[in-house]
Amino acid sequence: MSVKLERLCQKLREVLGGSIGEPMLRLGEVTIEIDGAAALEVARTLRDHPELRFEQLIDLSGIDYSAYAGWPGKRFAAVCHLTSLTHNWRLRLRIYAPDAEYPVLPTLTDVWSAANWYEREAFDLYGIMFDGHPDLRRILTDYGFVGHPFRKDFPVSGYVEMRYDPEQQRVVYQPVTIEPREVTPRIVREEQYGKVSDRG
Amino acid sequence: MAEIKNYSINFGPQHPAAHGVLRLVLELDGEVVVRADPHIGLLHRATEKLIETRTWLQSVPYMDRLDYVSMMCNEHAYCLAVERLIGVEVPLRAQYIRVFMDEVTRILNHLLNIGTHALDIGAMTMVLYTFREREDLLDVYEAVSGARLHAAYYRPGGVYRDLPESMPRYTENKFKDPATVKRLNAAREGSLLDFVEDFCNRFDGYLDEYHTLLTDNRIWKQRTVDVAVVSPERALQLGFTGPMLRGSGVEWDLRKKQPYEVYDRMQFDIPVGSNGDCYDRYLVRMEEMRQSNGIVRQCIDWLRKNPGPVITASHKVAPPAREAMKANMEELIHHFKLFSEGMHVPAGEVYAAIEHPKGEFGVWAVSDGANKPYRLKLRSPGFPHLAATHEMAKGHMLADVTAIIGTIDLVLGDTDR
Repeated sequence: MSVKLERLCQKLREVLGGSIGEPMLRLGEVTIEIDGAAALEVARTLRDHPELRFEQLIDLSGIDYSAYAGWPGKRFAAVCHLTSLTHNWRLRLRIYAPDAEYPVLPTLTDVWSAANWYEREAFDLYGIMFDGHPDLRRILTDYGFVGHPFRKDFPVSGYVEMRYDPEQQRVVYQPVTIEPREVTPRIVREEQYGKVSDRG
Repeated sequence: MAEIKNYSINFGPQHPAAHGVLRLVLELDGEVVVRADPHIGLLHRATEKLIETRTWLQSVPYMDRLDYVSMMCNEHAYCLAVERLIGVEVPLRAQYIRVFMDEVTRILNHLLNIGTHALDIGAMTMVLYTFREREDLLDVYEAVSGARLHAAYYRPGGVYRDLPESMPRYTENKFKDPATVKRLNAAREGSLLDFVEDFCNRFDGYLDEYHTLLTDNRIWKQRTVDVAVVSPERALQLGFTGPMLRGSGVEWDLRKKQPYEVYDRMQFDIPVGSNGDCYDRYLVRMEEMRQSNGIVRQCIDWLRKNPGPVITASHKVAPPAREAMKANMEELIHHFKLFSEGMHVPAGEVYAAIEHPKGEFGVWAVSDGANKPYRLKLRSPGFPHLAATHEMAKGHMLADVTAIIGTIDLVLGDTDR
């Protein structure tokens, strides 16, 4: 398996060369990282080049790295998982949005039609704008929702809750009344935690 | 002359053929669909966000609630992702049990799909037959995990426990006389494997019955043949996977092409359609059930002969045995740490995909080394399929929309997450 992936890395270096960083091979998967500006050209090459042939966009998802300790890249990225049926290999393509305040990426809908709804989802949940998208509406959250709920600075309980108001005889929004709580705290242990040391 | 305008209607969210809470805004020109705009998210529960606040083990039951007709397959992808990140070995018997249960799940899923698809487009009888068989398989679910639907049976490192040696039996009551109970319990005298084997033997005959009911049925063919034709090129472009892709004639099945667990040891064929219409996708699903039945049989043979552990012995991932935990200090600490703080998963990211009954179900897990995921993206097969509704429904009649929703095997739990 890894011989095949080495070959994929080699091909990526040959074909895309300078426009991508060094392909990373980890846990049996290949990742390349690019900036938003190069995304369209790289995506087209990945799809059309006979040595690569990534015909299918399996997944596109937003991610917010702001709470990831020591993350070297930018805050927002769109991560694509591509599959080539011809060569039977997969690739992860991470596209960083240059600006954390107003993340904008070019749309990939012209390259893979499947990107349409995935980009709507990434916009809805992370607020990543996709330049040139034909129909960039919210998709999963409620009509009239405010904010981008999957960002790390958005609380799990949200900001508003909904209830029926018998006086106005309609459903109204009001600020949440839930106390935030965390049963199990998030813990990152040091590398050697739990290993029995050699005490002689 | 009167001005003729297009007409917009809401299909769902309260519509029996909308398979849950799909709101489909249709723009009609007479009876012809001009635009289909699915509004999803009415069942959005922010599963991915909730998972970021739970430990890795606590998230397993969330997977059942995604695609609530193929529960164990969802768990499977999640467990694969965690196992790859940690690098833990799954015992061989557990791998066989997973394949076994995955194929049972595939039959369950396709039975529901074909039954309700037929129900939606006018064949009332099918659903009665398929739900009869589903009942037996849900009993299998209940016997292995204790729950009919939300199993939480697969765990990172293996499965929760070994297959039971006995099946639960019916008892006499004022509604069931001794003769009925005896008949109902006939297949339940032995172990779970005996029960499933009995089912497998009956199931080929059941499939023939379904074929008799539908395959050459004139009405069924009128409603499905040449409806929603998708070419192989468009299917790839639109991100189709599973029976939707194979119905269009692309031979692509992760069980064969990128085998996981013990699928490389199994003998089975991949059915492929030729026209890419609703009828071909129906035929693909029917044949997949027959193939799954064969895989289940192969698993039964192997599982009978090869006892062994079903979950990893690494106590950083899986809890120790109950007796050991009660008797031994170290095991007690392991147990306590695992269920309070949870396991620590090394920093990194992984994408684990399986051939879910509906297509490719993938889990992209990102860990920063904590006891909880940093980000978990669930790639559900239904999402891109539903996104293609407009392309498939355009130019068809209003009544065909029902057939299209049926053929994409829509379950909103996994589309909305």
